[in-house]
Amino acid sequence: MDARLIDDETFAAGSAPVRGPQGRARDTVDVSIDNVVRVFGETPALHGVSLEIKSGELVALLGPSGSGKTTLLRILAGLDFPDSGRVMFGGDDALSLTVQQRNVGFVFQSYALFRHMRVFDNIAFGLDVRPSARRPAKAEISKRVLELLKLVQLEGLEKRYPSQLSGGQRQRVALARALAIEPRILLLDEPFGALDAKVRRELRRWLREIHDQTGHTTVFVTHDQEEAIELADRIVVLNNGKIEQVGTPDEIYDNPASPFVAGFIGESNALPVFAEHGHLLLDDRALDLAGQPSSSGPKVLVFRPHHVDVMGTKPGGIAGSVISERRHGAVRRLEVEISASHYRIEVDVRADEPKSKKGDRISILPNRWWLFDDKSADAAKPPA
Amino acid sequence: MASDLALPRLTPTLRLSRATPTSERAWVKWTLIAVAVLFLAGTLVLPLVTVFYQAFLKGPGVVLATFADPDGTAAIRLTLLVAAIAVPANLIFGVCAAWSIVKFDFRGKSFLITLIDLPFSVSPVVSGMIYVILFGANSALSPFLHSINLQITFAVPGIVLATIFVTFPFVARELIPLMQDQGSGEEEAAISLGASGWQTFWRVTLPNIRWGLLYGVLLCNARAMGEFGAVSVISGHIRGVTNTIPLHIEILYDSYDFAGAFAMASLLALLALVTLVAKTFLEWRYADELAGGTRRH
Repeated sequence: MDARLIDDETFAAGSAPVRGPQGRARDTVDVSIDNVVRVFGETPALHGVSLEIKSGELVALLGPSGSGKTTLLRILAGLDFPDSGRVMFGGDDALSLTVQQRNVGFVFQSYALFRHMRVFDNIAFGLDVRPSARRPAKAEISKRVLELLKLVQLEGLEKRYPSQLSGGQRQRVALARALAIEPRILLLDEPFGALDAKVRRELRRWLREIHDQTGHTTVFVTHDQEEAIELADRIVVLNNGKIEQVGTPDEIYDNPASPFVAGFIGESNALPVFAEHGHLLLDDRALDLAGQPSSSGPKVLVFRPHHVDVMGTKPGGIAGSVISERRHGAVRRLEVEISASHYRIEVDVRADEPKSKKGDRISILPNRWWLFDDKSADAAKPPA
Repeated sequence: MASDLALPRLTPTLRLSRATPTSERAWVKWTLIAVAVLFLAGTLVLPLVTVFYQAFLKGPGVVLATFADPDGTAAIRLTLLVAAIAVPANLIFGVCAAWSIVKFDFRGKSFLITLIDLPFSVSPVVSGMIYVILFGANSALSPFLHSINLQITFAVPGIVLATIFVTFPFVARELIPLMQDQGSGEEEAAISLGASGWQTFWRVTLPNIRWGLLYGVLLCNARAMGEFGAVSVISGHIRGVTNTIPLHIEILYDSYDFAGAFAMASLLALLALVTLVAKTFLEWRYADELAGGTRRH
């Protein structure tokens, strides 16, 4: 492939410009995962995952618990091994390298700081354990540790023990410790999982800044879509051990590849519909939606609560009765039960519109929607 | 004084805060404390005092004479030798066992855990007899042992084996819950930072378990020096050759040398006190590190 082409693609995808003083080439593939399968006992944790991560990228592995995201991260680190598939770091076969040889910085969910060591020794550990030929001089190590402490804004705390630090501070020490070894890639497992909401938001911004300064290729695992959207250049959505979609936050949010992605990133409604002769049928009534479904058969109509218009009495809308109404930020959110099938959807209406009450009839139509083939047509039949 | 002035004002608040739903009435509290203290005094402190009192009843000369007696010296030397072999052996075994049980999953893991407890549940006399049957003159192994000229029963090797057997749960038992509690996160962090397995053990695992390990070793040592039953069966009570301190005490006692018996006994009692003091001292000396490290997590 032509390098310029990738460049254009990167640009078009809306990713940030070249960043970081180290100015790494952003287009080279740093990590490539090829058809990785991992089975624990009987349950497959990953089946056939392929992914490429470019140099300097900040990538989020996003998925619910049990989706295989942490397993994938541990495989990258060498703390777990795939049953089949390939993992390449640049031109090297990562699977033939030991954990030690891979030179990855891993930040553990519970931080795993060395509890009997002071902050200084925790950060210096990765340099201290190097064989003497590659070990920097003591003064050099000390200088590097103090630099890192400055980077993670913990100057003056080098003599503390981990138990004398707050959760957010421990998190920073763990990051500094991982950065000390000049890792080839930085891996973070639910980096903010154990922190309260406020600290979490602060650290998120701060991690983004650190990444922009240092330019490390970074992969982090999260189950929090907001975190992924705010932090990552690209998001990898995982579900049941498979990649559902890979893309920039905008791509994932605006063009979800499956009902799962639409439901997991942002809010969405999913309704079983039937495509026939170029029409979409909901409970055997045609919906007045523009655009032709490309094929006939059972489909899933997915739309976000705020992408709807209230129709009044015109036919062709999704008709139902209001179950409840509550204030939702700038809008009013209605829960609507669809008349025939008893499916419930959520729609947002403007706050300055007259209030609805329980039992009011309403008809709405999505102004933006996605149509997916219904892969579980039988399971999705409306309840009797 | 300032404290005199402050006290009366503080007292009502204190009394209020003490009246929690779980607090007892004064007489219940003091009765419970009295029972505990009296029980300890009667069963622990009194015998301990008696040991030293009896030992020194006829003056320190008799005590010194007991220790200076060649058989006495031999018993002390043998006890130290046995402990010097049994304790390091169990230290290594205990760390290996705890490590493999906590860090690996393998078939028969729960069986191994049960097996480690066996010496606690088996009478020491039985374990002594097992070795006599295994290595004694009528055993299947006997011709082989004879051919390499190795005497196990009624000799030092047998005593060491029996001592290892009865003391091997101490270190492992102390470490397994500690290591289970700590998990393997820190070890994973260490290897991901480039540390070798050996470096990880010395720099991360061992420092994390050192207090538990030390405690286990102290208990193991106290038991190794004080073991009577198993050693009694396998040693053959050869004066000056296979007598350890506890066996020597029995011999002295049986020959109505009470002062001598109590003098020797005071040595073992002293060992117990030293063990306690050493443990307390270490806990006090490294209180910072303990609070900042091992215990509070």
